[in-house]
Amino acid sequence: MKVSLFATCLVDLFQTDVGKATVELLETLGCEVTFPRGQVCCGQPAYNSGYTKDAKEPMKKMIDTFIDEEWVVTPSGSCATMFQEYPHIFKDDPIYAEKAQRLADKTYELTDFIVNVLNVTDVGASYHHRVTYHPSCHMTRLLGVKDAPLTLLKNVKGLELVDLPNSYNCCGFGGTFSVKMGNISEQMVDEKVNCAVETDAEYLIASDGGCIMNIDGRMQRRGETMRTKHIVEILTQHEGV
Amino acid sequence: MSIQFYDKKFKDTVKENLEDDFMRGAVSAAQNRLHNGRLKAVEELGDWEQWRNHGQEIRQNVLKHLDYYLNELATNVEKAGGHVFFAKDGDEANTYIRQVARDKGAKRVVKSKSMVTEEISLNEALEKEGCQVLETDLGEYILQLEGDKPSHIVAPSLHKNKDQIKEVFVDQLAYPSEASSEAGPLARHVRTILRDEFLQADLGITGCNFGVADSGSICLVTNEGNAGLVTTIPKTHIAVMGMERLVPSMKELEVLVNMLTRSAVGQKMPSYVNIITGPKRAEEVDGPEEFHLVILDNGRSNILGGDFQEVLQCIRCGACVNTCPVYRHIGGHSYNSIYSGPIGAVLTPLLAGYDDYKELPYASSLCGACTDACPVKIPLHELLRKHREVIVEKEGKAPIAESAMMKMFEIGASSSPLYRFGTKIATKAVKPFTKNNKITKGPGPIKAWTDVRDFPAPKEERLRDWFDQREKGEKNNGKNGIFTKFSEPTAKTT
Repeated sequence: MKVSLFATCLVDLFQTDVGKATVELLETLGCEVTFPRGQVCCGQPAYNSGYTKDAKEPMKKMIDTFIDEEWVVTPSGSCATMFQEYPHIFKDDPIYAEKAQRLADKTYELTDFIVNVLNVTDVGASYHHRVTYHPSCHMTRLLGVKDAPLTLLKNVKGLELVDLPNSYNCCGFGGTFSVKMGNISEQMVDEKVNCAVETDAEYLIASDGGCIMNIDGRMQRRGETMRTKHIVEILTQHEGV
Repeated sequence: MSIQFYDKKFKDTVKENLEDDFMRGAVSAAQNRLHNGRLKAVEELGDWEQWRNHGQEIRQNVLKHLDYYLNELATNVEKAGGHVFFAKDGDEANTYIRQVARDKGAKRVVKSKSMVTEEISLNEALEKEGCQVLETDLGEYILQLEGDKPSHIVAPSLHKNKDQIKEVFVDQLAYPSEASSEAGPLARHVRTILRDEFLQADLGITGCNFGVADSGSICLVTNEGNAGLVTTIPKTHIAVMGMERLVPSMKELEVLVNMLTRSAVGQKMPSYVNIITGPKRAEEVDGPEEFHLVILDNGRSNILGGDFQEVLQCIRCGACVNTCPVYRHIGGHSYNSIYSGPIGAVLTPLLAGYDDYKELPYASSLCGACTDACPVKIPLHELLRKHREVIVEKEGKAPIAESAMMKMFEIGASSSPLYRFGTKIATKAVKPFTKNNKITKGPGPIKAWTDVRDFPAPKEERLRDWFDQREKGEKNNGKNGIFTKFSEPTAKTT
């Protein structure tokens, strides 16, 4: 199966280990992974800030880059959601309306792709640690991917997965919200960190680079010992007991 | 009170409220209770998504044929012996209501909770007429005692805890200081005071949860029973209704009342549902001699037919408010509008303009919790985003630095070579600020981030560089992928 990796800016620039782990996981599951070099940003920061016209150019670039690929997979619920928004954004565009729909149809968030396209629920990982999971907002509410990450985590040998209190609350990232409304965002991420620390887990797991950068950054600033990990970094662990 | 509370900037109201620990404790506790109550109550209905689709359909149908249903409602109210007045704005509504009060020689007015009368500052208008106006909803009554403002569309004094409320009662209502601060005894105390007030009132004013077009009825949903007294004891009853708040018939009313109470407070059904059709009839004992329905536009017809029409589907349940993580921390007063939370952030700029409210659409992380909670499927987070688009692209009210940055983004991100180059330069630019693989005091746009959290240092080798190296290696070794294939037996398929 040919999979084209839509890495996302955060993974390309900051979380390269997540990108490498994604390639590793998909390849071990029998996929052939490519990285189309034309990929840029999906346009979400500009689009969500109201700069729709400015956002459309990179969006078109993304559509043209990925349109002929077989499957497009991304380790981010939020960026996958953005691709799903494209048909709505380009609905009146004579050229891109159809292309946007075609791209949306073959784009998947990583865990969704593994569980619902590859039909794999156990990736053979083992990791003997206590962790908790933060369900990111765009992935669960807008993309509708709720169960796939949990299904995969539950089948990781040795993993102790504990519930995160008030897990449905946003971590306070929200793209430009985190800097535009910094003091509100601070309270939100603080509550998220408090809830995470309360679980006494070693790691907080999430499926979105934005949430991870936000929560981890706040944990570091507060001097917490707890850290975050992207789900793919757990799914590629093969720890002995 | 109009829509706006005070002449303050959003960032100042937020700052003030973030420092109010009592308020924040009360709000987050109430939110947890209401949020969980709602989830449980909607689950009992079975296929909640189907209910939501149905609710959305009912409301969209009403908006599509609003002129028809309004005409039907007005005709049937008049047939039942009531009077109908269409008010273009708050002034027209208030003038009409003051005239009724004057005609009736009304001095004492009792009210049940109504956001739309807050929207038009009806209390102040009647007080100018020499009337004494008393709020009889417990939450509103508490606010009136203190001259405070509502912080929630359903639970107006949600920002106060029981101890604070007891304090107000001790100060102003001779509530014994040694008595309990539990809700029961507090409410009982107020009840004895309000009974007398009801008996002496000349005029009763209510809002309207739903107008029912084919019967000419209005429906009031309460838990305290005060609306029952407001609409039966005084000789005159005036109901004020937002022009979009109606349903075609009792059939749709049943669906929406079911969804309203479950979404609002997690109740299967409210304590009281009053359905009132016209004034008292000859054979009836209770009820007013005169009934007036004031149907208020006040900017709503401008919303109709535009990009924001879906906001008019709202049934004012407050589910979006009860689940909003931003409201959770800043409370209702920060919005500086009687309509707070996500619905307030969408509705207020439409009713009161962007000049005073252009920050509200940005007071959201666009997490979508509001959209998810809405029983009639208003895409609230999408409407907030749409507001931003209007502010940036139509109103031209975006900050210059931000516009410039977005322009750079457009140019940089639209071309792969520029993107590659730009990201490389940015990585180099932040290097002097990097220590231990992180940035704790960032320059320019990163500063606001690092005021709160650490910022990760960009990697020397971007993922795309890694791929370049990897593919070079593959070519040299003739290897297909660097990761060994997963051994088949351990892979379980569904």
